[in-house]
Amino acid sequence: MARKRRLIQNGINPARFARGQIKFYAFLIPLCAVMSLPIVFFFINAFKPMEELFAYPPRFFVNRPTLDNFIRLFSISSSTTIPASRYLFNSVLSTVLVVAASLCMSVSAGYVLSKKRFRLRSALMEVNNLALMFVAIAVMIPRYFIIAYTGLQNNFFANVVPLLAMPVGLFLVKQFIDQIPDTLVEAAVIDGAGDFRILSSVVMPLVKPALATVSILSFQLSWNNAEASALYINNETLKTFAFYMQNLGAGGTSFLQGASGGNSTAGAGVAAAAMLVMFLPNLILFIVLQSQVMNTMTHSGIK
Amino acid sequence: MTKKLRSHRAGMVTTGRSAIVIMLLPYGLLFTLFIILPVIAAFGLSFTDFDTIQPPAFAGLKNYITLLTADEVFMQKVLPNTILFSLVVGVGGYLLSFLLAWSLSQLTKIPRTVMAIIIYLPSMTGGVLLSAVWGVIFSGEKSGPLNYALLKLGLIEQPVLWLQSESALLIIMIIVTLWSSMGIGFLAILAGIMNVNQELYEAAYIDGVSNRFQEIVYITIPSTRPQMLFGAVMAIVSTFSQSGVGAALSGANPTPGNAGQLIVPHIEDYGFLRYEMGYAAAISVALLLLIRLASVGANKLFGSKGE
Repeated sequence: MARKRRLIQNGINPARFARGQIKFYAFLIPLCAVMSLPIVFFFINAFKPMEELFAYPPRFFVNRPTLDNFIRLFSISSSTTIPASRYLFNSVLSTVLVVAASLCMSVSAGYVLSKKRFRLRSALMEVNNLALMFVAIAVMIPRYFIIAYTGLQNNFFANVVPLLAMPVGLFLVKQFIDQIPDTLVEAAVIDGAGDFRILSSVVMPLVKPALATVSILSFQLSWNNAEASALYINNETLKTFAFYMQNLGAGGTSFLQGASGGNSTAGAGVAAAAMLVMFLPNLILFIVLQSQVMNTMTHSGIK
Repeated sequence: MTKKLRSHRAGMVTTGRSAIVIMLLPYGLLFTLFIILPVIAAFGLSFTDFDTIQPPAFAGLKNYITLLTADEVFMQKVLPNTILFSLVVGVGGYLLSFLLAWSLSQLTKIPRTVMAIIIYLPSMTGGVLLSAVWGVIFSGEKSGPLNYALLKLGLIEQPVLWLQSESALLIIMIIVTLWSSMGIGFLAILAGIMNVNQELYEAAYIDGVSNRFQEIVYITIPSTRPQMLFGAVMAIVSTFSQSGVGAALSGANPTPGNAGQLIVPHIEDYGFLRYEMGYAAAISVALLLLIRLASVGANKLFGSKGE
């Protein structure tokens, strides 16, 4: 009995607070504080007026919060006379396309690999599992040539197409579809449903958590993608916001102080605002979908 | 007809073959084009001399011999840096993510969820944001947050150009990448631990398990092995994907004194700056082998015995 109580209060997923948990709080809370400090810091910086950004001694908190940095971000033109909003538009459009297309592709491929029996099935899954550890930047040279040969160079779709096949996405969706009993799919077949009908009305509603997870992963991949703009695209009007932000802080060193990159004072505030614009969608999406993600991760195991 | 009947009995659904092809084709095509083909091409190019102007000329093992014997930067800086970086960030980050996930699992739902989100947040800043955030913090000005704090505490007398410092850069890269390494693998391990059957623990205590450490070794790790393997693969991928962080932080490739030079920027250096594509491809192959080696190791540790 006492042992049972011990497990309820002190084991995994306890129902309520107990003294035994204090030791975990004692290091987790300071750790969380330290880990979130850089993020809190750039959040605050985005609302600092110019004189506070350059104040000495530097201050963590803001005295007179202002939206000036955001207004400047979207009103001034960059050095190449293309407004930040153009880069933002490119990012939004390419991210919407990447998320939608990679969702459709992974769910249909996942359905086939999970519920259909054909000769190459397990071999294909094996290849995809091997590709889980694919590191795209390791083969950036041959990828560059493939993009050149397929006519994607200097094309808006260079931001989209190379990101679409996501081995992790297919893996998670397939694992999740495996949980759906075959009899359910068979029943739909007997009712006369075709494969696309089964996919849209039986499978998709049941694997929503996995779909949410794949959306988050592909969102992050695409929204933070500066590489395609840097390597494959020359036309400034086709580049992404991530690339724009990277160049605001070109040099990486102390652009907030305006010391490098010649961006001077105006650049620092704009960069702080741009960082927030980059980060916020990631944050909101994850908070909204986090319980679905955790649900999917339960089935993420590689057997 | 009989075929159809048989497959029904087997508990599998078999309808039109064309549907299989149509549903598999988009993914398969792009997978081949952007994942399989680049890997094959990297192997192919690595045996050639290719400057992007002349067509590739077969060069045998020359690039590999150069890599192993003549590339001093690779042997003296890139490889040791990469090994240190991957051990601390990959292995260390992985152990840390297990430790954090396990600790979080010992808490009640609301604080656990809040703290899991906070720990996961930095992994969203990957790439561009990561270097921007930390570039500000490690600013070389005397008003840079870190310099200011250390000056104030009297630990340094002059502001330090952290990101240009040959002795500090690799350490900074490691700290920054560790900070952002609690990503999807961490979430998988957390979910795995949360899902362990509670009765296993009760049974274990009856069988004589007497402390938390034994609990982890005998119950938690064996029961979450599939998620642990997934987490390990994700840790390997994110570690090697982040290896451009030194160049991004210092704003220079190669990094000052090659202090923070890892394999990926070394590829970029030869490929896109010197146009020695064949040689760059050979370095790519070396990297792919390193990644493969790491994941074989992970498989040995956590893979199911049945295979």
